This record gives sequence, structure tokens and C-alpha cells, in this order.
Amino acid sequence: MQFGMDSEGEFMQAILALEDGRLFRGKSYGAQVERVGEVVFNTSLTGYQEIFTDPSYAGQIVVLTNPHIGNYGTSPSDAESVKPFIEGLVVREFSPVSSNWRSTEVADEYLERNGVPVIGEIDTRAVVRHLRANGCLRGVLSTDVSDPAALVAKARAHKTMAGTDLASIVTTKEAYTWDATEAKNQTGDKFLPADDAAAASPLNATMHVVAYDYGIKQNILRMLARENCRVTVVPAKTPAADVLAMEPDGIFFSNGPGDPEPLEYAVENIRALQGKKPLFGICLGHQLFGLALGGKTYKLKFGHHGGNHPIKNLETGKVEITAQNHNFNVDPDSLPADVVRTHTNLNDDTLAGLKHKTDPMFSVQYHPEASPGPHDSHYLFRDFRKMMEDWKK
Amino acid sequence: MPRRNDIAKILVIGSGPIVIGQSAEFDYSGTQACKALKAEGYEVVLVNSNPASIMTDPDVADRTYIEPLTPTYVEEILRVEAEMLKASGKPGVFAVLPTVGGQTALNLAVDLADAGVLDAIGVELIGAKLEAIKKAEDRLLFKDAMNKIGLDMPKSMLVNNLRDGLEFAAKLGFPVVIRPSFTLGGSGGGIAYNREELMEILSRGLDLSPVHECLLEESVLGWKEYELEVVRDLKDNVVIICSIENFDPMGVHTGDSITVAPAQTLTDREYQCMRDAAIAVIREIGVETGGSNVQFAVNPQNGRMTVIEMNPRVSRSSALASKATGFPIAKIAARLAVGYTLDELQNDITKATPACFEPTIDYVVVKIPKWQFEKFPGADETLGPQMKSVGEVMAIGRTFKEALMKAVRSLETGKKGSGDSIEPRRLRQRLVTPSPERLAYLRYAFDEGMSVRDVARLTGMDPWFLHQMKTIAEELKAVESVSGEIDEHAMRSAKRMGLSDERLAVALKIDEKDAAAKVRALREKLGVKPVFKLVDTCAAEFESLTPYMYSCYDEEDEAAPTAKKKVIILGSGPNRIGQGIEFDYCCCHAAFALRDDGYETIMVNCNPETVSTDYDTSDRLYFEPLTLEDVLAVYEHEASGGAEIGMIVQFGGQTPLNLALPLKAAGVPIIGTSPESIDLAEDRKRFGKLITELEIPQPPGAMATSVDEALSGARRVEYPVLVRPSYVLGGRAMVIAYDDADVVRYMSTAIEYSQERPVLIDHFLEDAQEVDVDALCDGKDVLIAGIMQHIEEAGIHSGDSSCVLPAVDLTPEVLETIRVYTRKLALALNVIGLVNLQFAVQRGKVFVIEVNPRASRTVPYVSKATGIQLAKVASRLMTGQTLRELLPEQVAAGKDLGTGELYFVKSPVFPWGKFQGVDPVLGPEMRSTGEVMGVALTFGEAFAKAQIAAGLYLPTKGTVFFSVNDHDKKNVAELARKFVDMGFQLVATYGTAEALEDGGLQVERVYKVKEGRPNAVDFIKGDRIQLVVNTPRGQDRVFDEQAIRRAAVLARVPTITTLAAAKAAAEGIAALQRGDVHVESLQELHAARNGD
Repeated sequence: MQFGMDSEGEFMQAILALEDGRLFRGKSYGAQVERVGEVVFNTSLTGYQEIFTDPSYAGQIVVLTNPHIGNYGTSPSDAESVKPFIEGLVVREFSPVSSNWRSTEVADEYLERNGVPVIGEIDTRAVVRHLRANGCLRGVLSTDVSDPAALVAKARAHKTMAGTDLASIVTTKEAYTWDATEAKNQTGDKFLPADDAAAASPLNATMHVVAYDYGIKQNILRMLARENCRVTVVPAKTPAADVLAMEPDGIFFSNGPGDPEPLEYAVENIRALQGKKPLFGICLGHQLFGLALGGKTYKLKFGHHGGNHPIKNLETGKVEITAQNHNFNVDPDSLPADVVRTHTNLNDDTLAGLKHKTDPMFSVQYHPEASPGPHDSHYLFRDFRKMMEDWKK
Repeated sequence: MPRRNDIAKILVIGSGPIVIGQSAEFDYSGTQACKALKAEGYEVVLVNSNPASIMTDPDVADRTYIEPLTPTYVEEILRVEAEMLKASGKPGVFAVLPTVGGQTALNLAVDLADAGVLDAIGVELIGAKLEAIKKAEDRLLFKDAMNKIGLDMPKSMLVNNLRDGLEFAAKLGFPVVIRPSFTLGGSGGGIAYNREELMEILSRGLDLSPVHECLLEESVLGWKEYELEVVRDLKDNVVIICSIENFDPMGVHTGDSITVAPAQTLTDREYQCMRDAAIAVIREIGVETGGSNVQFAVNPQNGRMTVIEMNPRVSRSSALASKATGFPIAKIAARLAVGYTLDELQNDITKATPACFEPTIDYVVVKIPKWQFEKFPGADETLGPQMKSVGEVMAIGRTFKEALMKAVRSLETGKKGSGDSIEPRRLRQRLVTPSPERLAYLRYAFDEGMSVRDVARLTGMDPWFLHQMKTIAEELKAVESVSGEIDEHAMRSAKRMGLSDERLAVALKIDEKDAAAKVRALREKLGVKPVFKLVDTCAAEFESLTPYMYSCYDEEDEAAPTAKKKVIILGSGPNRIGQGIEFDYCCCHAAFALRDDGYETIMVNCNPETVSTDYDTSDRLYFEPLTLEDVLAVYEHEASGGAEIGMIVQFGGQTPLNLALPLKAAGVPIIGTSPESIDLAEDRKRFGKLITELEIPQPPGAMATSVDEALSGARRVEYPVLVRPSYVLGGRAMVIAYDDADVVRYMSTAIEYSQERPVLIDHFLEDAQEVDVDALCDGKDVLIAGIMQHIEEAGIHSGDSSCVLPAVDLTPEVLETIRVYTRKLALALNVIGLVNLQFAVQRGKVFVIEVNPRASRTVPYVSKATGIQLAKVASRLMTGQTLRELLPEQVAAGKDLGTGELYFVKSPVFPWGKFQGVDPVLGPEMRSTGEVMGVALTFGEAFAKAQIAAGLYLPTKGTVFFSVNDHDKKNVAELARKFVDMGFQLVATYGTAEALEDGGLQVERVYKVKEGRPNAVDFIKGDRIQLVVNTPRGQDRVFDEQAIRRAAVLARVPTITTLAAAKAAAEGIAALQRGDVHVESLQELHAARNGD
């Protein structure tokens, strides 16, 4: 064990300083750098690499509640984007070894290579309880442990997430076509219920989907491809007219980091596209739908971040277990009468899905593409496909 | 869908006696189910033959039948209950819930359904339909179902003869796995590496399978093994409660594997595939509601995932998953079975979020099985597809290392730290071949510098787990190399790895007597103390309102004590022979009673199978090892609030008793009988002195700490002598020695002894009648709860003897003497609570054998027979109430607690089938794993019921073999005539035959085993004998009786060893011949008695 040690063979110390002055001291892993961000927690038991690489986590220091992180290493095929987007990682125990037949790089080396600092050996449960009681807090993760007060001051000086347009930072710079045939883009999950398989599609014709990238996860693209869609990914600020000019069968609005409110350009685009093409939004996309339809969004006390949230589909009465990762939510009382609530989060009764009464558009607050998380909501991609088919008729 | 209002009454089927593969977990699940259904307002009827269970408490169900779990008796219960329902005029369906009583309940339901009984009576199966049960249980149907949904399974074929098996194995290549159909805990299964082994295992498996069928399967040895706990509701909502990863790879039965929750080495992609597969399996099999588990094997080289099996019911793993996550699977499953959907039910722990979710945890849970091969000399200790462990422990830690080390010390192996007996030359073999000592050899391998890669190759274990073990080994080395006093950093680091104070004392080379206390003091001086965290189902995302706690060495404590007056109850740890659920029953009762009295009840235990570790049982639950270090930490934590506090140690068997004195010395207020009294009763010298003062006879005894002392002691007290170690429960390593040679052999091989722990030697009273007494005492009054007469001869461990309440043929004088001695002793020891006494009656003279001022194994049995819940009364005595307040009438009457008009017979159940090659003879070493009770108006019928419930069928026709000792010869003819009158033939050895012929009976003579052939054993093997009556003859018993009993056990021929029992058997057979099938509910029996 050589990693993280200083010249005397001691572990490098690290510190997590929160804006309210609470400090957690632990050991440093990953990159030996200092980062500032909003501290959020995620309760998923699996899928740390997907979390690292989910662009929705841009600007956030993530606390993982599963005490053992890194056990199965990392593999290029488990990445949700080109690189990790988390600002920093907070864990109870970080595995210095990896054990899995697909692993190509130990998690520690992977994060070091990508410049992400890690603090380990701290009481992560205490951090989570603190966040639960006090809401999201800004924090600094640093290996410079000499002046904690300065770190707390840094955390306080950091711009809060509310009001910041992070999507325009993480979005693709140029439009591109997603190639589903590339091996690294394959999902590899073969045990889906039979009626979910793409082959069962009644219309075998390919649909063209334009996807707005506010920080899109790869698995959304894989899922669309599985529904036999050709996907063109476009930058967040692409005007609606340019999208329509691509003659898509449907338009997708992706997940992404931060507050939806500053993304006025996106709201305008959605309003411009509403009723013209089938629209589907996930997470940030869903919040943007809420705003475009005349509703309001608000910040949750500590957000939803995990892989075990029960969502009730109000149309079927069935419950699906879902992956969640958001700090903002659409206020259902703010929505006009032509918007229907389709899904509810059973944990706290927050709005989890909506659709328009007449126009072909629907969105969900959670992550039907999973990765990480349960596959219960994959059917929504099928619904989108059907919506496009119906629209074509 | 809300509650089904069309159901009026529900029969819950229990799992019967504790056996290997079906332990206390089904008491836990059955109790939860009954309580949940009763709370829903259904009339709940329960049948279970096991009196030691909590579920058979009269207040758990509306009507409780302690009856044999056979189609005949359950059919009668269904008939009676259906009639009652009809007569009551209440509209509604009568339903049976067969999914919370293990394989026993499931098989019974299938038998009743197949026989058309359920349809004839009009009973509906809920939880799992017949078709689904069959699809999951029948290996061929299961394989077809998996093929249909595209899931991979190991290649396999069902065979029902040897030739097909050999042919298929030739195609598959060796090794081949053999799994008999429809057997418990993989009984009769095995792995064959060659043709010869295949023939042996396959023929045994075919024999044991009730349908004469085995599955031959491609070996997936060395693959990673996983299990998912799945819950589904009628609306087809499905959730996964827990993933479990086995530390041991495929090849070792899950019940014998160290298991870890959550799964540690699966990526999200692999885990979600497995989750999808598990959901697809429960849907395809068609388990409509409730819990199931699905097992998977994953090839570590390429990720190939195969389904191994699924259980369409709650299981051992679901009990573990419930305790590991805080999600009460059986309780939820029962409510789903009556129509609720998951989103309609609340998460019990958070009380704010719905039960329709998947628990997530922020700690690691490790389960380690407890084996007791030391009780079965000659048994093969290799672990394989057949389960051999008798119990298990679970530990919770923030990391795998912490949880593993906590679990290791929960096992109470008696080994300190590195004191394992390692045979270095066998290291590689011990790594390759799984055995109970595996962890010790892994540690040794790393100490010897082997690499993780090498060890992984030899063991097939995942390198991640091995790396964790290696880290622990390195940590210990680092501690060993500490020079001077250990500093805070090093101490905290070691404690965070779960290393106990005791283990650290060894590593720090502190060899004083209370070395662990030294380490504790040092640790506290450094400020290194455990904190307690909550099990909350959600990784702290939501606030939890249920105080279910575990310790760790993290930063924040979140379980501050309350200001209420409190009682801490120490549980009994892992299930083992001699310390089973009877003690858990007592602990639960203490919690129930004292909670009712307004105390905050606090349970400490580490056994995931039990009712005591249900967060519902006590107000606060600490899932912690029962060692001095861990118990003191809990005490100090609870006492820090300053509220009034007491601790109960007399209910959990020997485990908490061993801690009593050190706890008291550390300042813990022990309530009830004082630890000094408990110690006095165990201390031969001081107890002997007390007995002499009280003028109570006792067989002469001696103590020895060397072979010479043992020999002189044995000669002084006169042969035969009973030799045993001090301070053990369940008669571990206890023998009857007839001469010097026996004593020398015992002292040199059997056990360890020391100055503090000498060997005890007692004169053995031959041909005596043994009697067990349970009594209550408050220091002033003594109430005798039950005088139980043993049915087997003296010398057989009381836990292995059948016994009857009330005593059937003790004279009034003997009974009175027993009462007098009991009172004297209870008062002299100043018992506050329960006391158990064992007497031997030899030719009308009463001797005290031992006195245990604590709850005994028979407390639940006596409670159920008398209708007075002894443990509840006892716990109230401990908190200062008196017998005159609690049971005024009974104290005033001055009589024993009554059993009404009925006889209650308790019989043991043995695990012989699991241990081939073990001598099935009974002796002073306890071997039974569980017990059953038979209730009837006559002793005979009660005895017959108990035998049937224990799986031994008294014959109604055929031949009875008699071989009795000289003492019994004068009475044997009269008894044998009863059998002849019932149409039996007689076979006897020469001496006995003469006695029978003198009595005018016709008898066929047979040789004794050593006399010649054909002998008694040949007759048994040839199916020519249906019942054996063989009373012992002292020394010359050894060969004949062992051979006869072994043959009888293998041929499943009941063997009776006393004339009293033979008489009972005759009466029982008469009842069976009449076709009498009476069933009675406990509630009615108790009510009838109170009406007297």
C-alpha cells in the first residue's frame, strides 16, 4: 500500500469542511487537490462509477452511503460519460484493490487520473445525518488540513447552485450522432422482461430522436437506441428551429446538473416545440417541462439521491423502484389544469411525472434509464417510441 | 387492493421441531405472521409440534394446536376448525398460510392438497398456490420454467435410478453435484468426484428423497454465490429486500456458508441483471404474494450467471435479510397474502415511508454458521451441499472487517485470539477443502506470507474478501510489533477492524488473568470507545423511529439512552445443541412482561434466527456479540443516561451466565438470583457443603485436575461414574465410565481441563428414574411448576430424554420428598426467579443430581402444559414482585401448578440423518437439536403423538423385539402380553425369551449380537422387527445396544429403553389401532383448567 502516503509513509490526511463549520477528518485518496462544491449524498449500493461519471453531479461533492466503495474497480463500459463529473468523493472505506472480471483500473487510480479528490475513513453516516438535518451544504474537500477555518470560509464564499446554469458547461460543444453499434455503447443487460426488448417493436422502422444534452447519461442513449431510435445529440442552447429542421420524430430533453430556472433558453425551446413533435424529458428535462408549462420549481431540503425510491404510476397503480438524483422539484400546485400528474414519489408525495392533456409530451423526475439503479421504468422509453409512432400516423 | 374481507379464519402451519436446516428462523417468521394476521382482525389458528417456540404461546394465535405436523393431524384440525367456523355462522373463507413454516409446512400443504383434503374441507391456500409451489420445488418443472424465461441453469438431469445417473455423469464429466428432491437443508446431497462416490451418494440420495428422485447437476464449484430476497404483491409490485453474497464459493450449502450483505463484488450492471432475473423468476414461478429467495451462481472468469434455485416461501435467508435490513419480510408477506399491496403498507422502521421500497444499508452484515462436530465424533467435517451447522451468528459493522471480527467473537468458540489449533502441514488441503476451521486457516495462510492470489486460487473465494482478511492479519502484526504502550491512533485503527480487547491482549502480549480488562482500561484512557448507530432501512436518508442498534468505532453516536427505568436482557447467542430456542423463548417473555410493567426493555443478542432479535420484541435492540466487552459497552451506554437499570442474565442459558460474575464485578446491577448463588450452585465444593447441611442426599462426587486425581476420585465414589467438565451446558463431553480404563481414556482425549475448570466425577446411579423439576421462587415462597418424569433410563442426558407431565409412576412419598428438597434448595440459594433441579430416584430414594438457579430448557414446555407463563412470572419476581402478588391462589393452595386431566409428553429430535457414520446411541452427551410435544388424555396417546411428531412412527402391527435386564424380567411378560393382545408377534433374546415363556407367551428366539447369527440386528435390517424394547444392562450394554440402536435408527424402527416407555408405547399403539385422532387447542385446555 503506497498510495496516499506522504514521504514518511504516513497516509495523507484530508478534510471535508462544510459551510456551517462542521469538519470531518479522514484519509486522502484519488487526486491530491482541493475542490469546492455542494455536498450531496447517494444511497445506492451499486454503481459508483456511473455516479462519478453522471454529468448531473457537476458541481457536487458526493457522499456515498455504502461503506465499501471501489470493490469492483472501474471499467470503460460502466462510464455514463467521457469522464467523472463529481467534484469530490466522500466514503467510509475506499478499496485499494479491485475484484471483478471486467475491471480495468482500480477506482483510486481512476479518480486520481481524472483529478477527483477522495476523502475516506470518515463517518459518512454522520455526514448524511448532518445533511439531513441541515439540508444541502456547500463544502470544501482538501488535503491541506492546516487551516480548517479558511476552508469553511471558502465553502461559504462558493456560489450556490441555485441560479447557476451548469448545463451549458457540461453539454456537448457540437452535435453528434450516437452510434449504437459501437461495443462500448452496448448495455449488456440481457435479462429484461421479454416485452421490453427492442425486437418486439411493432414498427421496425427507425425513429429519429434529437436529444438535448444538458449533461446526458450514456444509458439514455443506449435505451433510445434499443427502442430502435437513431439519436442526434445537440448542445443545450440549440434553437428549436434548428432542431425542427433536422426533421426528428421526437425530441428528448436530458438530465443535467443544478437549478432549472436559469436555463431560460431551454424553457423557450420547449415552448416552441410543444405540440409540434412528441417530447420526452428526464430529470432536469422534466423540471424544464414544468417551467415551460407554467409551473414553478423549488429546491428540496436535501434532494433525492439513491436507487430505491418507490414511484407510483398513477395510471396503472403499480409501483416502480427507481434511481433518483435531483435537488430541485416541480411544484404540482403550480401547474395549470391541462397538465396531468402521472407519477408520485411515495416517500414524500412529491411530483415524479407529468404529461400534457392534449399535446404529446411527458416527463419524469427520476431516471428510467437507471445505470445505476433498477430497470423497472424502462417502459417509459417504449412509451416514447409509441408516442412517436402514433404521431407519425 | 386492501385487506381481503372474505377471509374469516387462517391456519398458519409452523415448522415443527428444530432440526439442522430448519431452526428458530421459522419461529421468528411464523410468530410475525400470526401477530400480523391477528392484528388484521382475522381468527388465527396455528399448528406446530414444537412447544419451545414463541409462536405456540397461547396469546400469539387465537387457537394453538401443539400437534404432530402430519397430514392426519392437520386434516383433523382443519375439519374441526372448519366446523367451528360453520357453526359460528360467520361468513367467510377458511385459508391456510403454508409459506412461513419452512419446507415442513410447504410439504404438508402439498400433501394435503394432493390428497384432496383442502378441496374436500373447502380450504384456500394463500401465500403460494399449489401450482407455484410445485413449479419451484420440482426440479424438472423449475428447469423448464427457467428455460422459458431465458435464464441459464447448470446442466442437469433428474434421475431415479443408479444406471441413468452414471450414464449422465459420464456425459457431464466429474465432479457432479447430487441433489435429492424434496429434502430439508439439502439432506442426502453431495458432490461426487468419481464413479464410486457417485454410486454411494446417489443411492443414499434416492433413498432419502420422498419421491425417490435426485438431480444430477453440472458442477459450478468455485463460482461466486449470491442470493436475492424478493417480495411480491397481488398487484405484481416486486421489490428486492436484500442481496447476499457468500464468502464461501459454490459447493458449500448456503446454510453452511459465511454470508455477507449487501453483495460486495457486483457492479451495478451485474447486480441489476440479477435483480431482473430474480423478478422474472418469481413472476414465472407464479408466487403471487410474499417472500421468496432466488440463488445465483456467477462465474468469476466471465460473469456467466446461472440460477441455482428458488424457495417460494420465507426462509433462513429471509430471516437473515430481515435482521440485516430492518425489513420484516414474514410480517409483510403475511399481510400481502391477505390482499394488501406493498404501497398500502408502512415501513415499520421509519414509520413515515411505505414498505414498497428496497432497503439500502450503510453497514455490512456478516453471518457465520455454528457447527458442533465435537458432539458427533466420526462425522465428516467437510462442508458441502448438505447443511451441517446447528445455528448461526450475525454481526453488524461499518465495514466487512469489523462485521466479520464481531461475528467471529459472537460464535463463542472458547478460543482466544490466535489459539486455533492449526496443522501447518495440512494448510493447502485445509484451504482447498472447506471445513469449519476455514477462517483460522485463511488467517494462518496470510501470516505465513501467502498471497491473496494464491489463496484465492486454492479456496475459490473472491480476492476482495481475502484482501480484507489479509488486512486484518497485517493489522494484528502491526499491533504485535508495538513497542511500549499502544497509542490512540493504533488502538482506534485496531478497534475499527473489529478486533476484540481479548484479541488485542494476546497481540500486545498481556498475559495476566484479566488481560482483556487491562486493554479495556487502556482503551478507555485513550478515549477509544464504541458508538452506536441505527439500522434504519434507508442509510440515514430518513429519520428512524425504531431503536435497532449496533456498535462501531466511528465518530457519532446516535442512540442516546432514554430517561426511562430499564432492564437489559442478555440473549443466548447462536443456536446450539443444549442451548436452543427454549432460552430465546424465556428472553422474549422477559421483554414482553417487563414492557407491560412499564420498563424499557433492552435486548442484547447476536442470533439472527430468533424472535428476540426482532425489533418488535423489546423496546431497544442491540445486535451485538455476547462477550463481556460488548455487553459492558451496551450497559455503559444505557447507564450513561442515569436512569434506574438492571440486567437479567438467568434466561439466556450458559452464555450470559458465564458473564454474570465479571459483569457484577464491573458494577453491573444483576437482578434476580445473585451471580454468587448461581456460582455456588455450580461450585461443587460449596454446593456439596450446602447439600450436606440441608441433609439432602447426593450421589458421591469428586473433582480432578489430573489423571491420577480422576482415578482416585472415581474409585472413591465407586464405579460406574459420570465424568464431565465443569461449566457446560447440554452435557458436552460427558461420559459414563465403568472402569479405570474409561477414565484414563476420557482424561487423555476428550476435553481440556485446568485448575479453574476441573473435571467432575460423580457416582452414577444405575437403574434409576430421573426427574426434572422447574420451580419459581421469590426468596420467601416456592412454587413448583412441574415435576417431569423422564421416560428414558437414567444416564441419558435430560435434553435427550422424553419426559412426561404429570409424572406417571412416582409414588406420593417420592413426589413429596422432591417437593421438600426443591423448596429447601430454592430458599437456601435465595433464588429470585426460576430454578431447575434434577433428581434421580433409585429404589425409592431421592438424590439431587444438580441444581440450576436459572431458566431451563423445559420452561416453555411446562408453561404450555400448565398455562402459566413461567418466564414472565420469573422476570416480574426479579423486578421485585412476589409470588403471593402474582399467583396468589396457587401459592395459597400450596400445590404444584396443575396440568388438568391431560398428559404432556416432550420428546427429542435427533440429527442422525445428517451425520453418516456417527454412532446414534444416546448417552450423557446431549445430541438432540429440538423437541416436540404430544398432548392427550392418556399417557399412551400423548406418548404416541410425541413420537409421531418427532418422526418416529409407532407400528400398529408386526413384531416387537424384547431384550431386557434382569431387574425388568419379572415385569416383562405382563407388558409383552399387551402387545400380543394387540396382534403383535414377539421376538426376544434368550434370557428375556425365557421370562416371556414363563409368563405363558409364544416367542421367537434370536441371538444377541455377539452370540451368533441371525441376531437382533439381522432381524432389524431384514424388516422383521417393527419395535425394539431394549432396557440397558450396565456394562455389557456397550456392544449390543449400540449395534441394535444404530440398526434401528437407520431402519427407522422406534427403540424404547424403559419398561415405563414401553407401557406408554403399548397404550399409544392401542390408541392408534382405534384410529383415534384427537386434537385440542391450548387455549381450550387452559380455559378448561381455570374453570375447575
